[in-house]
Amino acid sequence: MSDAKAVADRLVKAKRLNALLTPPKDLRKSLAIQEAAARPTGVLYGMPVAVKDNICTLEFTTTCGSRILEGYRSPYEATAVAKLKTAGALIAGKTNCDEFAMGSSTEHSAYGRVLHPLDKARVPGGSSGGSAALVAAGAVPAALGSETGGSVRQPAAFCGVVGIKPTYGRVSRYGLVAFGSSLDQIGVFGRSVHDAARVLSVISGRDPRDSTCEDRDPLRLPTVPESLQGFVIGLPKEYFPPELDPAVRRACDRAVRLMKELGAAVREVSLPHTPYAVPTYYVIAPAEASSNLARYDCVRYGPRFDGRVDLRGLYRSTRGQGFGPEVRRRILVGTYVLSAGYYDAYYKRAQQMRALIAQDFRNAFDRGVDLLFTPTVPSPAFKAGEKLSDPIAMYMSDIFTVTANLAGLPAMSLPIGRIKGLPLGGQLVGQAFLEDEMIEAAYALERVVPATDEA
Amino acid sequence: MSSSWETIIGLETHVQLRTKSKMFCGCATAFGAPPNTQVCPVCLGLPGALPMPNGAAIGLAVRAALALGCTVHPKSVFARKNYFYPDLPKGYQISQFDQPLATNGTLSFLAPERGIVTAGVVRLHLEEDAGKSIHDRFPKATAVDLNRSGVPLIEIVGGPDLRSPAEARAYLQTLKQLLEYIGISDCDMEKGSLRVDANVSVRRAGETALNTRTEVKNINSFAFVEKALTVERDRQIALIESGGAVTQQTMLYDSKENAVRPQRSKEESHDYRYFPEPDLPPLVLTPEFVAEQQSALPELPAAKRDRFVATYALSREHATVVTSNRAVADYYENVVRAGAEPQAAANWVMTEALADAKDHQEQLRVAPGALAQIVALVKGGTLSHQAAKKVFGEVAAKGGEPRTIAEALGLIQVADSNVVAGWVTDVLGAHASEVGRYKSGETKLMAFFVGQVMRASKGKADPKLAQRVLEEKLTAS
Ligand SMILES: [Zn+2]
Repeated sequence: MSDAKAVADRLVKAKRLNALLTPPKDLRKSLAIQEAAARPTGVLYGMPVAVKDNICTLEFTTTCGSRILEGYRSPYEATAVAKLKTAGALIAGKTNCDEFAMGSSTEHSAYGRVLHPLDKARVPGGSSGGSAALVAAGAVPAALGSETGGSVRQPAAFCGVVGIKPTYGRVSRYGLVAFGSSLDQIGVFGRSVHDAARVLSVISGRDPRDSTCEDRDPLRLPTVPESLQGFVIGLPKEYFPPELDPAVRRACDRAVRLMKELGAAVREVSLPHTPYAVPTYYVIAPAEASSNLARYDCVRYGPRFDGRVDLRGLYRSTRGQGFGPEVRRRILVGTYVLSAGYYDAYYKRAQQMRALIAQDFRNAFDRGVDLLFTPTVPSPAFKAGEKLSDPIAMYMSDIFTVTANLAGLPAMSLPIGRIKGLPLGGQLVGQAFLEDEMIEAAYALERVVPATDEA
Repeated sequence: MSSSWETIIGLETHVQLRTKSKMFCGCATAFGAPPNTQVCPVCLGLPGALPMPNGAAIGLAVRAALALGCTVHPKSVFARKNYFYPDLPKGYQISQFDQPLATNGTLSFLAPERGIVTAGVVRLHLEEDAGKSIHDRFPKATAVDLNRSGVPLIEIVGGPDLRSPAEARAYLQTLKQLLEYIGISDCDMEKGSLRVDANVSVRRAGETALNTRTEVKNINSFAFVEKALTVERDRQIALIESGGAVTQQTMLYDSKENAVRPQRSKEESHDYRYFPEPDLPPLVLTPEFVAEQQSALPELPAAKRDRFVATYALSREHATVVTSNRAVADYYENVVRAGAEPQAAANWVMTEALADAKDHQEQLRVAPGALAQIVALVKGGTLSHQAAKKVFGEVAAKGGEPRTIAEALGLIQVADSNVVAGWVTDVLGAHASEVGRYKSGETKLMAFFVGQVMRASKGKADPKLAQRVLEEKLTAS
């Protein structure tokens, strides 16, 4: 389909975005080797797929955008990466991201921020901002990202590409460096619904190395439907609050009208626990992160930051200097909410709320709704630095996406228009393991929506 | 001083399960491999690696729970126990916390002072082991060996039901015996496959409330269990008697000094921040799986002991010794099945067979049929007990048929009264003064004469016959 040199050239051309962490020399060398080894019979033969730097690869270092893993080379590769290679795809380098996937702007990378392809003063979203930016810039047709609270859908919306987060358990997490294990899923970016979906299909399916991965066959790709006849689309009213940006509302209204014209039935639904989703998420995800990130002590791998031999001194210097401020903040929050005396008030209550949020979705689906449609993000890409000093404002950019992670449901974002030249995303949320229905609807909408027109 | 004091002890026992591979990965568990050779991304805790439970380990844990009479829960939950240490590669240990595999069992054992005691087993849960820190290998540096990281363990938490250090030892002995019996562990304290921590408190006799307890750790050999707990008990009593109070802390036992010292508070982790392990779904056991484990259990030691008392008319003590180990119990039953009289068989197994096994890597070297034949030869008067021991030794060392060996060694007892009478005459002739003393009433010399006849006959004389002939001759003349 495309030779290794052309792939590398396109990626190197996008260098100004700081989206790729792999040095050009390493990239060219590896792509040539991979191309020679790729199986011509694979369904993704020759397709370059960039991979977020928190997914383990043998070809390149895996740093998670962190100093603490600077130069770290995994001795094994993620199941998703192995499946891509088996299908003939080329691993087209590692993409910049917020450190350990913690962030919504890719400003929290130890290796510098990623620029928005359409406006270098703006952020591409995050945490999978590097993957989104490379796809948006046309450097690769598809890329892997990862989601814990919207880290694929939000940057997809900001950059104007398609981003899919599958059902929790659809894709193996083996080799995805853990952030919030009960929320994490590998997701996919594509220039089109089809590019994203076919990569998702390849990486999905059972894995004997991940006991949270469901024992299911890989996702079967649906065909592009003629209409949306028979589909019932729910509009959760909590996602269309009065204060919603009018341009976002206009873009959504237009998409809804187009789906109706394709034959879909549309009705309003309610997900009453939505207001609690962000606080719930910011208890559970840091709690799990505080434990998942305990292994980074630079005893077995990773750089040592000074020569102190005292154990406490080693922990203090490696973790103090190795982690950036956002990671340290979340480790502190997570440690706090799991502490004796606070566990019941925070972690346990958050888990109870999580169950209620998941129940909201089941209730909606039980009333005959097939899919939900919402804005992916409350506003288009913001300016770099705009939210850095205000973590809460940054966290609120996940407001429409965290619920699908908490409920473990498949969700995706696709471009539905622009505001002042900046892309806007519409989100579809499906029922567990019914990605095919969600993708079918996305195919139909993608064909009719004026994705690059002003809303 | 301890007479007016009561000691309360509860043991927490960690037992390594006898599996080929680790709890959450495929690495080998063999003891003694070169450092860091039995490791993989999972047990090294490398970024992105995930645990996968080992079904064999779960099966063995369920067997242990069933053998201890626990309620095995159809659903239990793995939890993370978080703390920092260089030999804990993930920064947490996967264990179980508020929803353990099994709860509420018992262990009955023979206590030295109180007879049969039934101690409670509060809970039994599955967990993975940490690696090993080696502080004495390199000067000024600590080395870490992660071969042990991820090895499957069960923790058995006993209730505060033990009342003396000796009782704690007896409890542990019985527990070890049970777990070896059902084949789930080799329970070797020296290799670390059985480890015990003890919670100890004291109270004045007659008090019913529990006082502040300490935890005694680092008891790394069976021999030290009683010693360590005695030291800690005495320390607590002395402390209270001198007007002090026990503080809740962890004490480390130093076997060289036979002393305990408080663990530095820095080494202590107070808050493990347990939470459900998100990388593992709840552990769901089907009734079929539990039934399968139940049927894989052999007859347990207590049941076997009771059966031996009932079936073979052994005393409780003898039955306890003979059933102390599954191989010995099976051996005993095979000896009886081969025709030996049960009590005589027990005597032989408890003495000669066990002594020989002790010297030969626990091998029971004399085949059950051969031992049964030896027992029969003694009973029939063909072999003296002394001669039979020699035959046993020969058969153990070289094999062969006992009767043939006895004949070859010339050990067949002479039951011909004329031949015996000849030896008797010689003995009486040689000991005229003893004959005189016997006749003047010193009849206890009979044992001396029998001994001399046995000596003269090189052990071949039937001692009962010799005594009868001696009595005849000594009263006749
Ligand atoms: Zn391993």
